[in-house]
Amino acid sequence: MFHIYCPYCEEWREEEEFHAKGQAHIQRPLDPESCSDEEWGDYLFFRDNPRGIHHELWVHAVGCRKFFNITRNTQSYEILETYKMGEQPRFTAECPNGESRDGAASADLDSQTASVQEARA
Amino acid sequence: MQRYSGFALAKHALSHHENWERQWRNPTPKKAYDVIIVGGGGHGLATAYYLAKEFGVKNVAVIEKGWLGGGNTARNTTIVRSNYLWDEAAALYEHSMKLWEGLSQDLNYNVMFSQRGVLNLGHTLQDMRDIQRRVNANRLNGVDGEVLDAKGVQEIVPILDCSKNARYPVLGASWQPRGGVARHDAVAWGFARGADAHGVDILQQTEVTGFKIRDGRIYGVHTNRGDIEAKTVGCVTAGNSGVMAKMAGIKLPLESHPLQALVSEPLKPVLDTVVMSNHVHGYISQSDKGDLVIGAGIDGYNGYGQRGSYTTVEHTLQAIVEMFPIFSRVRMNRQWGGIVDTCPDACPILSKTNVKGLYFNCGWGTGGFKATPGSGHAFAASLAKGEMHPLAAPFSIDRFHSGALIDEHGAAGVAH
Ligand SMILES: Cc1cc2nc3c(=O)[nH]c(=O)nc-3n(C[C@H](O)[C@H](O)[C@H](O)COP(=O)(O)OP(=O)(O)OC[C@H]3O[C@@H](n4cnc5c(N)ncnc54)[C@H](O)[C@@H]3O)c2cc1C
Ligand SMILES: [Zn+2]
Repeated sequence: MFHIYCPYCEEWREEEEFHAKGQAHIQRPLDPESCSDEEWGDYLFFRDNPRGIHHELWVHAVGCRKFFNITRNTQSYEILETYKMGEQPRFTAECPNGESRDGAASADLDSQTASVQEARA
Repeated sequence: MQRYSGFALAKHALSHHENWERQWRNPTPKKAYDVIIVGGGGHGLATAYYLAKEFGVKNVAVIEKGWLGGGNTARNTTIVRSNYLWDEAAALYEHSMKLWEGLSQDLNYNVMFSQRGVLNLGHTLQDMRDIQRRVNANRLNGVDGEVLDAKGVQEIVPILDCSKNARYPVLGASWQPRGGVARHDAVAWGFARGADAHGVDILQQTEVTGFKIRDGRIYGVHTNRGDIEAKTVGCVTAGNSGVMAKMAGIKLPLESHPLQALVSEPLKPVLDTVVMSNHVHGYISQSDKGDLVIGAGIDGYNGYGQRGSYTTVEHTLQAIVEMFPIFSRVRMNRQWGGIVDTCPDACPILSKTNVKGLYFNCGWGTGGFKATPGSGHAFAASLAKGEMHPLAAPFSIDRFHSGALIDEHGAAGVAH
C-alpha cells in the first residue's frame, strides 16, 4: 500500500484515494492537422515502459480531484517525489539522486517533493 | 523420446520408476542457430516445437533467463476460451482452441485440458446486450456459445448467488461449453519435451542481454553465456518485452503491470465450471486438487514487482464473496503476481519489426495462456516463411499507426 503526498492537499493519504493515469508529460502534437500518422500514433499509443524510474500522472480521485505527477521506481516501487502539474521532476533516469535539471544538487528539497519511502509489504 | 503410455508405466514400475529418461536435455549453447527464440514460456516453447515439428526448422534454440514456465505461463489462472468479439481475435483464439483439443495426444503429455465450460456473467442491461452481440458474432465465426438467463446460470452453478437481492444481481451470462482450464506447468513441460525431441536446444539460466544488429538486420544475441548467432530471432518475453524492445532500439505500445492470482485451501468439489465476471471483476474455478483458483485485475500503475497490491486482492475477494457468499470463510493459501504487457487495444502483437529478421510476439496482457498453442503455431509459421501467417498478420505493430486496431476490451475478461 502506497502512502502518497498530494501536493495540492499537502497531506499524506492512502493509495486507495488515488488513481494512476499513465505516463506523465505526454505532449499533444501542437498541430494535429499536419502531423503524420506516425506522429499521431506515437502520441496516442506508444509509452515508455521502463524497469526503473518512471514519471506518472495520478489523480487524487476521492480527495481534491486534482491531477499531479509522481516520480516512481517501477522495480523497487519507491516514490521519489510528487509534484504539481506544470512542474518538472527532480529525479530522472539520468539523475536518479535528485539533481535538478541544470545539474546542481537540490539541497532545498521542500516538503512537497520530499521523498516518499513507503516500500510495499 | 521415450513415449508415455500405460505399458511404459507398468514396465517402469519393475525398476521402481528410477530409469525414466530425462524430459529434455541441458545442452551447451552452439555458436549459431537458424532461429533463436528468446523466452522459454509457453509461447516460446510452442513456437520452437511447431518450428521443428511442422516447419522442418531443426536448428533452433530457446533461450530462457530462468526456468521453463517460470514467467506468466505458470502464474496464470489457466482459463482457456475462444469467445472473442472481433473476427481477427476469434480466428486466432479458435485456432488455438482446436489445437488444445488434441494437444495431450499430439505432445504425448497430459496437459490436463478440461473442457468444463466458461461463463461470463452479465450484471447490467448493457452487459447483457454486449453478451448477446458477442455470442452472435461467435456463432457467425463458428465458435460455440449461448446466451443464458439467470435461471440457466443457476442450473449450471447452484452455489452462485443468482437472487434478485444481490447488490449486482446476475441477469445472465455467455456460456462457452468448449472452454475450460489446462494445467499450466504441464503445458510448458509438454512443449519443452516435444521441442527437445525434435532437436531444439533449450538453454535455461541464459539471459539475453542485447541484440547484435548491423545495418538494420539482426545477426545474433548477446547472453550471459556469450554471443550466439542467428539471422532470425523471435522475442517472446511477455512482461519484459518493453525492456527487450528498448535493447533493440524499437518502441512498443506496451505497459507492464502486475496481475495477481490467489489459491485457497483445498475443498471438496463444489464448482465444476469457470465463472468470470467483468463487472464485479473476479474470476474463479476449482482445480483438480480442490483449491479455488482466483484471479484479480491488474494493478493500475506500471510495475515489475511479481506480487501485486493488497488493494487489488481486497477488491477481487469482495467480488468473489459477492457472487459466492458460500466462500466467505474459505482461507486463502497463497498469492503471487505475474507481469503482463498490456496493449492499448487489449490484443497481442505478432509482428515483424524495423530490424530485419527480428520478430516480436508479445502484448498478450492478461489473457495469453489460452492462446499458447495457436500463438506458437502461427508465430512459427511466420518465422519459417519470413512472412506473417494470415492469422497473425492483423496483429502487426503497424496497426497503431494505421488505426486498424482490434479493440477487444469488452471480451478480454480483465479490465485494463
Ligand atoms: C495472475 C495471472 C493470471 C492469468 N490468467 C490467465 C488466464 O486465466 N487465461 C489466459 O489465457 N491467460 C492468463 N494470463 C496471461 C497469460 O499467463 C500470459 O499471457 C501468457 O502466459 C504469456 O505467455 P508467454 O509464454 O508469452 O510468457 P511467459 O510465460 O512470461 O514467458 C516469457 C519468458 O521470457 C523469459 N525472459 C524474459 N526476459 C528474458 C531475457 N532477457 N532473456 C531470456 N529470457 C527472458 C522469462 O523468464 C519468461 O520465462 C494470466 C496472467 C497472470 C499473471
Ligand atoms: Zn489532493
